[in-house]
Formats: sequence, structure tokens, C-alpha cells
Amino acid sequence: MKILLNGEAFATDATTLDELCVRLGFAEAKIATAKNGDFVAAAARGSTPLTDADEIEIVAPRQGG
Amino acid sequence: MLTLYGQDFTSRLLLGTAQYPSPESLKQAVAASGAELVTVSLRRESARTSTGQGFWSLIEELGCRVLPNTAGCRTPKEAIATAQMARELFGTDWIKLEVIANDDTLQPDLFGLVEAAAALTAEGFAVLPYTTEDLSAAERLVAAGCTVLMPWASPIGSARGLVNKDALRTLRAYFPDIPLIIDAGIGTPSHAAEAMELGYDAVLLNTAIAKAGDPAKMAAAFARAIEAGRLAFEAGLIEPRDMASPSTPVAGTPFFKIDHAS
Repeated sequence: MKILLNGEAFATDATTLDELCVRLGFAEAKIATAKNGDFVAAAARGSTPLTDADEIEIVAPRQGG
Repeated sequence: MLTLYGQDFTSRLLLGTAQYPSPESLKQAVAASGAELVTVSLRRESARTSTGQGFWSLIEELGCRVLPNTAGCRTPKEAIATAQMARELFGTDWIKLEVIANDDTLQPDLFGLVEAAAALTAEGFAVLPYTTEDLSAAERLVAAGCTVLMPWASPIGSARGLVNKDALRTLRAYFPDIPLIIDAGIGTPSHAAEAMELGYDAVLLNTAIAKAGDPAKMAAAFARAIEAGRLAFEAGLIEPRDMASPSTPVAGTPFFKIDHAS
């Protein structure tokens, strides 16, 4: 399946958002997620399925003004 | 004492964490500024670099309360989802709400801002909206549940200072009980002092300090200017006048003759 991960095409066979995060090495990381423009809480990632063409955002703390 | 959403702050300087030449420079500037509230953002995390994880460790070392922003969001929907991600990521329901209308001026989209502010307030967020000096927008933001307003002085990073001082004065007079924080456009400590002399409650700075030749020294300069401006406001400034008024007593002037006075 092909998704859009942080704005870039990404091939994965992860079936849930949680699985994707774990495979990317973010299991213990300080991140937040969104799917197709909507926030997905950490606790809901496991029950959030991934389907073809989903737009996934994975963000982390960064400098800001 | 500055009180924002029930939290007391001794410092009236809020500091951004972006654009410093190094992490060490950021730490030194925060220490020199005395800031107790620093702004942060969230950005896409790469599995390869994991940039955000290191930055988070740095922020934790600062020991400051964090105020996440929604910088770069162009629609209420983007801003709301970003605020929700920030709440989980930073463990705070405080949000510096930005909905940007235009890339060249980075001016707020006031319509989108009000819409997002109402939605986020309803979700329990403490919204600190980045707005303009516009009075009607301010009224709508207050009606939407904002108890703090953050009008710009001039466009973000422009260093032009208070370009519409009359409107900022009007805003201060119109909202005597709402904490007003100048956010954006301050270039010099004298700009910050000017804002504080108008009775503004605090100033949020980033570029003017981060891009200075010596950020820590500039942070100290701003801290003093903000304190000076606040003291001056509390002391009560005199009114300007058109004509001179002698400060030295006129009575008893040597060689005074009555016809000199005509």
C-alpha cells in the first residue's frame, strides 16, 4: 500500500497507524499524529487502520516563535 | 505580577526558541532574559534524523513553561488539528494560535482565527491568539473565550516596532482587564519599552534576540527595557505638551525684571 507520510510517498504494509509508528522507530519517541487532516491521539493509533492513499502526519517538538 | 489563564509570572518577557545560532546560545538567552514562558512548535519528524527528540531534551533543561504555536497553519482546520497534536505532545492545553493569511506579511487571517479560537476554547484550550491591533477582531476573540490577546506590533521578524501606536493605545484603553501581549515586529529594546509604557502587559520576542550579534546580551537588554517600561507605566507618565514649561523655578530668577516677562 502507498500512503503519503509527512507529505512524501511511502510504501508500507503496516495495517494500523500504531504499527507504522513502531516500524519507523517511534515506539518510545515523543511524537503526535494525524490522519487525513485529523488528529489521532496516541491511544487511538492501534485502532486506526491504514488504507491506500492515507495522508499521515507524524510530528515532534521543534523550535518556534 | 502577570497572570495568564490563572498562572502567575514574574517576567513580562516571553521568548521564542527559534533561529538561535546554537542550542547553547538559546539556553544562555533564555537565562539572560528571565523568561518563564517560551514558545515552541511542532514539525514533521523524520525517522532518519529524529530532530525533535533532541530538541525536546533541550527544552526540558530550560525549566520553563512551554507555549506551543500553530505557526504556518493557513486554515482553522489545520490550526485546530495542530493544537490538538501540540496538547498531547507538550502536555499543555495552552496554545499560541496562529492562522496565517499571507506569506509575505504573515498577517493573521482574523476570520479563521476567530473560528479556530471558538472551537479550541470549546475543547478546553487556553487560547493565546496572535492577532492584529483591530478592535473588532479583538472583541470577537474575547467573545470566543480568549482571556488573553496578542496583537502584533508589525509583521513577524520585521523589526519595525509599533507601527500603529494609536490603535494599540485604543486596544489597551478598551480592554483594561484583558492581558495584552505584543507579539511580533519588535526590533529594539526601545520598541519593547514603548509597548510597556503604553500599558501592555508583556512582550513576546524571538528574532530580535535570536538574530542579534550576542543573543544573551540582547536578551538582558530587552529584559531591562521591559522592566523599565513597566515601571514607567506604573509610575504614571506625564502628558506631552506643545510648548515649553520651565523646570527650574521662575520665582527668584536673578536679574529678573518685570518687562522681561512681556
